[in-house]
Amino acid sequence: MTGDLDTFRSDTRAWLEANCPSEMRKPIRSEADICWGGRKWTFQSDAQRQWLEVMAERGWTVPDWPKEYGGGGLSPTESRVLKDEMQRIGARPPLTSFGISMLGPALLKFGTEEQKQHYLRQIARGEIRWCQGYSEPGAGSDLAGLQTKAEDKGDHWLVNGQKVWTSYADKADWIFCLVRTSTESKQGGISFLLFDMETPGVSTRPILLISGGSPFCETFFDDVEVPKNQIVGEVNKGWDVAKYLLGHEREMIAGMGLGTGGSSVTLGPLTKPADPLLRAEIADFDVDALAFQAMSERFAAMWKAGEAHPASPSMMKYAGTELNKRRNELMMAAGGSDALEWDSDRSRRGATPRSWLRSKGNSIEGGTSEIQLNIIAKHILRLPAA
Amino acid sequence: MTLLTDDQKMLQETAASFLAEEGGIAKQLRHWRDINCKDGFGHDLWKQFAELGLTGICIPESHGGLGLGATEAALVLEEIGRNLTPSPFLTTAIAGARSIEGTAHADRWFPAILSGEAVLALAVDEGPRHAPESTALEAKRQGNGFVLSGAKQFVTQGGSADMIVTAARTGGSPGERDGITLFAVPKDAAGLTTDSQALVDSSKAARLTFSNVELNADAVIGQVDGGWAPLSRALAAGSAGAAAELVGVAAGASAMTLDYLRQRKQFGKLIGEFQALQHRAAHLYSEIEIARAAAFKATRLLDAEEPQAELYVSVAKAKAAQVANLAVREGVQMHGGIGMTDEHDIGLFMKREAVLGELFGDVYYHRDRVAGLSGY
Repeated sequence: MTGDLDTFRSDTRAWLEANCPSEMRKPIRSEADICWGGRKWTFQSDAQRQWLEVMAERGWTVPDWPKEYGGGGLSPTESRVLKDEMQRIGARPPLTSFGISMLGPALLKFGTEEQKQHYLRQIARGEIRWCQGYSEPGAGSDLAGLQTKAEDKGDHWLVNGQKVWTSYADKADWIFCLVRTSTESKQGGISFLLFDMETPGVSTRPILLISGGSPFCETFFDDVEVPKNQIVGEVNKGWDVAKYLLGHEREMIAGMGLGTGGSSVTLGPLTKPADPLLRAEIADFDVDALAFQAMSERFAAMWKAGEAHPASPSMMKYAGTELNKRRNELMMAAGGSDALEWDSDRSRRGATPRSWLRSKGNSIEGGTSEIQLNIIAKHILRLPAA
Repeated sequence: MTLLTDDQKMLQETAASFLAEEGGIAKQLRHWRDINCKDGFGHDLWKQFAELGLTGICIPESHGGLGLGATEAALVLEEIGRNLTPSPFLTTAIAGARSIEGTAHADRWFPAILSGEAVLALAVDEGPRHAPESTALEAKRQGNGFVLSGAKQFVTQGGSADMIVTAARTGGSPGERDGITLFAVPKDAAGLTTDSQALVDSSKAARLTFSNVELNADAVIGQVDGGWAPLSRALAAGSAGAAAELVGVAAGASAMTLDYLRQRKQFGKLIGEFQALQHRAAHLYSEIEIARAAAFKATRLLDAEEPQAELYVSVAKAKAAQVANLAVREGVQMHGGIGMTDEHDIGLFMKREAVLGELFGDVYYHRDRVAGLSGY
C-alpha cells in the first residue's frame, strides 16, 4: 500500500513538473490570477488555459470526485498527496468555483444519475460557472423565511422573486437557488432548483458596498420558466440539500485561518507603533491573533480527526471575523490620516480604508456573529431554548 | 502534533479523576483555609502526587522521573486549575525542577522531589511586579563562596520550601541578563528571614530578607553570571504551566456558571434562556478554547525546543490570564448575589485567578514581551 502511494507520489511529481506551466507556479497576486472558468471567462494567459485543460483532462480539477463524473477518482490519501505535491512547486489551483466547493458535493449526494453526468462534468471542466441564490431581502439570518416562489405549471416551474448577496451573479452562467414551493411549512416548503442565468426573466444588478465595488449582486426573477427536471432532491425537501451544502461551507471555514491576504498575522511588525498606548493595544491584539492562529491549527487537526464538535466551525467563524474587524480598526488607527485617502496611488487606491469597511461584513455574511453565538449556546453549551 | 497522543489522553484521564476525587475544593482548598494551615496545602496530597509519579513528571527517567514534557505537565495543571487544588506542583515539580536540571543540585534534590518530601520555591521578584532582568539582590564573592544581601517577595511556597532557588546579581547592573546567578539556598540558611503570608486565594507566599547569607560556591546553580539560562528555562516552564492552570480555572468557573444558568429560575424562566446571558456564555466558551490552543502550542514548542517557544509562552500566559479573568468576572456576575457569598465556590475561582495571573508576570508583562520579541 505504502509502495503504491510512493509510486503515486513520484509519478504525480514528475507529471506536475512536466505539465504545470512555470507561470502557474507564481504566487497569486490579484483576482485575475484565480481561474473561475465559465462561458464568460477570459483567460488571463495561455498558461492559465493550458493548466486548466491538462488538469481537467486528468480529472484533477476535482481529484476526489468519481471518474465517471469527470473527477480523478483519487482516494483521500492520494488527494492529499496531490495537494502536497502541488504546494511543493507552488502550483496554483487550476480552477476555483462554487460548483466545485458547494454545488458538486450536494449533487453527488442528492442528484439523479442524469444530473450528475450532466452538471458534474461541466463543473469539472470549468465550462459552467455557478452562483448561489440563498439570501433574500426578507430572509437573511432567518434564511428559511425565504419567499421566492416557484409554481408548478405542469411541464415547468414558474419562478418569481428576488435574491440578494448573490456573489458573482453577473459573471455566473447558472444559479443553484432555494425557492418556496409550499407555504404549508417553513423549512418543509423549500425546493432546490438549478437554472441558466440567461433564461428570460432573470436579471442582476451589482451592489455597491460602503467599501466600494463588490462581487455581490441583487438577482431578480420575473416569470422565469425552469424545466421540471432541474430540481435537486425531492420537492419541498430542498432544505436538506441546502443544509448539506452549508456543511461544506463550514469545512472551508475549517481550513481557513485569519484572512490576512498573505501578510503577517501580527500587527506590530507591520505598523511599528511609536505611540505607547497604541503599541499596548496592538500588543493586546497580537496576543489574540497568535492565540487564534494556534486555535486554527488545533481546530483543523481536530476537524480532520473527527474530534471537533460539529458546531465548532461557528466558534471559529465568530472568533475569526471579530478578530479581523479589530485588526482593521487598528490598521486605521496606526495609519492615521494616511489611512483616510480613498483613491490615491500612494494609498494603493485606499486599500486600508476599503479593507476596514469591507471587514465589517465578515461578521454578517455566512451567518452573523449573533447567529453563531446562538448556535454555540444551543448546540455546544446546551443552554435551554427560550 | 497538534492533538494529544493516546498516552497523553490516558495521563489526562488519570489526572482528572485523581484531582476531582482527592483535590476538590471542599477536601483541600476550603479545608486548609478554614483551619488556617501553615503551608496552605496538604502534605498528604503531595505524597499522593508522588505515588502517582506526578512530582517527577518533568524529571528525566535517568533520575527516576517520568521524563515527560511541558505538554504533559499542562494536562495535569489544567485539572489542578479546574479543582483549585492547592499544591506545590507548579513551583516544585515544574519551575523548581527545571531550574536545577542538568546540574549537581539535581542529584541532591530530585530524589526528595520524587518521594514527595521536598518542596522547592523560586525567589525572583523584588518588587510588586515581575521583572526578572531587574534582579538586584546582591551576591558578593567572599573567600570560596558568596554573601547574599537583599530582599525577595511573592515567593510562592517560600514558607514551606526546603530549598529556595534564588536569583541574585553577581555582575552587571539591574536590567541586564548577564550577571545574574542562581543559588540554591537552604531554608535554614543563617541570615535568611522568611515572612510567609496568606494571599487572597489562601495560598502562601513569602517575603524573604537576606542579611549577609553566606553560601558556598557549590550553592551556585549553573554558571556564575550565567544564571539567566536556567532561570529563563524555569520561568518559561512556569509561565506555560501557569497558563495551563489558568485555562483550568477558566474552564472550572465556566462549567460552574453554565450549570447555574441551567437551573436558576427568575421571572418563571431558567436564566440560561436569556439571550443576553447566552451570548456572553458563548463568547466565553470561544475564548477558553482559544486560550487552551495557545497554551498547548506553547508547551508543544517548548517540548520541541523550537525558537518560537519564547514568543508563544508569553502569548499563552497573556491570553490565558485575560480569559480566566473574563471567566471569573462573568462567573460571579452571572451567579448574582450568591456569587458574592463565601459559601459559594465561584468566588474562589476569582481569587485564584488573581494570584495565577500575577505569577511569572501578568498580562501586561507578557504583552510587552510579545511586542519586544516581535521587534516593536
